[in-house]
Amino acid sequence: MSDVPTPPLELNVLNAFGPHRAYAEGIRVDSGVVPDKVVKTHCCFCGQQCGMQLKVKDNAVVGVEPWYEFPFNRGMMCPKGVKRYLQQGHPDRLLHAYQKDPAAPGGFREFAYEEAIRKVASEIDRIQRAYGPNAFGLLSGASLTTEKTYLMGKFAHMCLRTSHIDYNGRLCMVSAGAGNKKAFGVDRAANPWTDILGAEVVLIAGSNVAECSPITTNYVWQAREQGAKVIVIDPRITPIARTCDLYLPVKPGRDTALFNGILHLMIENDWLDHAFIDAHTVGFEKVAEEVKAWTPRRTAEVTGIAERSIRTAAEWWGKAKTSFLMHARGIEHHSNGVMNVLSTINIVLASGRLGRPHCGYGTITGQANGQGGREHGQKAEQLPGGRDLGNPVHRAEVAALWGMQPEELPQPGVDAYELMRKAHRGEIKGMLSICFNPVVSLPDNNFVRAALEKLEFFATIDFFLSETSRYADIVLPGSLQEEDEGTVTQVEGRIIKINAAVTPPGEARQDWRIIQDLARALGREKGLTFQSPKEIFEELRVLTKGAVIDYSGVTYERIEENYGVFWPCPSELPEGVPLPGPQGTVRLFEPGSWNPVAKGKGPFYFEDGRAHFNVTPYKGPTEDVDADYPHILTTGRVVSQFLSGNQTRRIGPLVDYYPEPKLELHPRLAASLGIADGDWVTAESRRGTCTVRAAVVETIRPDTVFLPYHWGGRKSANQLTVSAQDPISKIPEYKVCAVRVRKAEAPPEYAQKLEPQQ
Amino acid sequence: MPVPEALEFFVDPARCIGCNACVQACMECDTHKGQSMIQLDYVDRRASTMTLPVICMHCNSPTCAEVCPADAIKMTEDGVVQTARKPRCIACNNCVLSCPFGVPKMNTRMGLMMKCDMCYDRTSVGLKPMCASVCPSQALAFGTREEMARLRPNARAVNTFQFGNQTITTKVNMMVPKATRAEHLNVTAAMHEPTLGQNMLEDVFGDVPVAGES
Repeated sequence: MSDVPTPPLELNVLNAFGPHRAYAEGIRVDSGVVPDKVVKTHCCFCGQQCGMQLKVKDNAVVGVEPWYEFPFNRGMMCPKGVKRYLQQGHPDRLLHAYQKDPAAPGGFREFAYEEAIRKVASEIDRIQRAYGPNAFGLLSGASLTTEKTYLMGKFAHMCLRTSHIDYNGRLCMVSAGAGNKKAFGVDRAANPWTDILGAEVVLIAGSNVAECSPITTNYVWQAREQGAKVIVIDPRITPIARTCDLYLPVKPGRDTALFNGILHLMIENDWLDHAFIDAHTVGFEKVAEEVKAWTPRRTAEVTGIAERSIRTAAEWWGKAKTSFLMHARGIEHHSNGVMNVLSTINIVLASGRLGRPHCGYGTITGQANGQGGREHGQKAEQLPGGRDLGNPVHRAEVAALWGMQPEELPQPGVDAYELMRKAHRGEIKGMLSICFNPVVSLPDNNFVRAALEKLEFFATIDFFLSETSRYADIVLPGSLQEEDEGTVTQVEGRIIKINAAVTPPGEARQDWRIIQDLARALGREKGLTFQSPKEIFEELRVLTKGAVIDYSGVTYERIEENYGVFWPCPSELPEGVPLPGPQGTVRLFEPGSWNPVAKGKGPFYFEDGRAHFNVTPYKGPTEDVDADYPHILTTGRVVSQFLSGNQTRRIGPLVDYYPEPKLELHPRLAASLGIADGDWVTAESRRGTCTVRAAVVETIRPDTVFLPYHWGGRKSANQLTVSAQDPISKIPEYKVCAVRVRKAEAPPEYAQKLEPQQ
Repeated sequence: MPVPEALEFFVDPARCIGCNACVQACMECDTHKGQSMIQLDYVDRRASTMTLPVICMHCNSPTCAEVCPADAIKMTEDGVVQTARKPRCIACNNCVLSCPFGVPKMNTRMGLMMKCDMCYDRTSVGLKPMCASVCPSQALAFGTREEMARLRPNARAVNTFQFGNQTITTKVNMMVPKATRAEHLNVTAAMHEPTLGQNMLEDVFGDVPVAGES
């Protein structure tokens, strides 16, 4: 199609702000020196949150050392963790505020920090006065500490009084979150990862564990050494699938059908825990009715998996005494993402294997604070403690603690993609973004660029000039994870402590100070005058007292003494109910456990204490293949890059391992298209086009092609993806859209002009 | 100090996920900053994601040292074969060519052979080597024999390798399935056998139709 947009190459801004590659030589301080100090903290990247030690010399991070005592990873790290130290002294690091200036080299000129704050505040004020409070929107992120995410929610709801805040966990955790709330009434991985060891069956659905959560690999392998059978469901034979015991090559977008089919066989063969279903759940009959139609033959037809493999999976799962089911974005990034999640939970509930040692269930979080970042009020519909902005009781509780009237709180807002649509329609006139790179990470990102261009004013808080910050009128220099302290909540629901290794360089500031500076410049600093992250945490923990996500018994000291504290961790409970131990509530849903919703009636977070089976009708992907676009595109990650790559595309040794995106396709498909390994190939969808090199591999379904999404501009996979969203969670459908693939006529223009990471 | 006798290195390629953490961690050593002594390769990426990390196996009778005309490669009393001594190494490449595992690397810029010394700065004070510390799959593991027997009841350690007529025993162990009767790994013989698993891959996707394929 000739009318699909092509992103600009932006050579000017690339030269000035990168991404450039940094190596151990050439950062601000020589990395070979004896460090002044070694700081125990955690990785800045994924939700595993590996404990590690940063070596510091002259207020710069110069290296990394394993932290063997931290129990989750015991010194283990993936390549991103090993090399994350190269970002802090990076030549691309923003040391000043910047103002857009087309005349300046790179398109931005340095701007005094205080002046920049005044400019942003005056634009917020102008837009809100002229068009109303909701005309200004905030974009936030789940790589921020919980303290910052809480502050962002408070800044939106109390200071700016806008409904319009949402976060990049909308692209990550919301399907799992919504599914967990519907089934269990609470949204957290139910078990610590040590419960994987000793499980008879480990079922991994839609999770490229080895590349996206590498440390979990050792738990899976160790479970296998102890006799576990490992089942992997994925359209690609990823490294975790290579040696699994049963591989189910699901056609992208058909997961609900598979799990309905497995439940059908569990019922047919009476592989059910009737006692558990009767005593602790509701809704089983309706679900049983729904899955009646999902015979093995129909399941096989829809999912593209051999019938005997489906039968084997159902038998292993059905007969197991212990098990652990985990899933990730592979089943969640769909317009039926919540149904996919609920269909997996149905087979867990039917098995009754929950709330006990080695009987586990959990979603694998993506970002550093994928869990904590979805708990405390930066989601469009949320207030701190997992409370709902639309719930009058919750509004009153939070308003009272914030010293305002409930009616002064804005109404629930809309999801991050809808914010972009509102910007495109002119309903939102201004935005401030932190920890979010939507120009790379949102689907159909040609539309996102157009939306940002329509804003009257756009500001970002950033540490490197991201692809999104290139659209900003003002860029405020924020902090890297190692330049601030606070807490995050990792994959298991364990709250851990991030310790500052250094202070921000140049005029860069800790993000929470920048937000408070804006509030002060607006003359609305009430409630935003914290002196430290610890002070924010103290307010937050009190505010969560009695809520589902109860942090009230958690302190920084308690976290450090116990290598983390699992929530809920209340400070007090009704008489006769024991408080959790020093580590908090390590495992959810234990028999006889108390929670503030069920109040002792049962282990699940509903008034009757029972978990909910949910009927999961199968609905295929929004955009299926057709004669014009005959190939399924699915997207994902590679081990050496992280999310939109704003950090990892600047770390030389990580770039070198996987420099540029490659389109994976099966030899049979390649042969039919006349494509050889290493050829330039063009993938086109109805929304965009992308030319990259081909990787011809036998490890992918022949009807599917795969493209990793870490790159921007013309290399961005999200030029192609569809902005279809789940109706409940609003997660975008990154994992399925229709494309057509052909051999490119010529190498792309960027091949001669850009470095691989750019 | 010597490396404590109870601590041993175990390699299990079946666990390897090709994540490159070992290579990246190896580069962090101050004695060869930015250069990894570990080789991590796909066996055949077209067919499989299978990868193989190669560290120095620390032969009990190291061929690299035996063929060195300058006597630059020394083995310490604990059995660790050290990197070439800079004042002695003449950069002749004998060791590079002769090592049956293909481990030593010639740093042409420095005119020096460099190889894995099992992180002697760490292991000689009781710490794990960097690669085995970080390895997220524990394909590279460092610990006691008892620990390994407890954690990996289905595997056993082998340290004898056959290369044609040459038999080599090593300080570093390779994990093999416990059920196998093999007392040694015949490396050159394996080179002529087809890779296992290819047929299985074809079966998995055999029925999937491809658009436009006749």
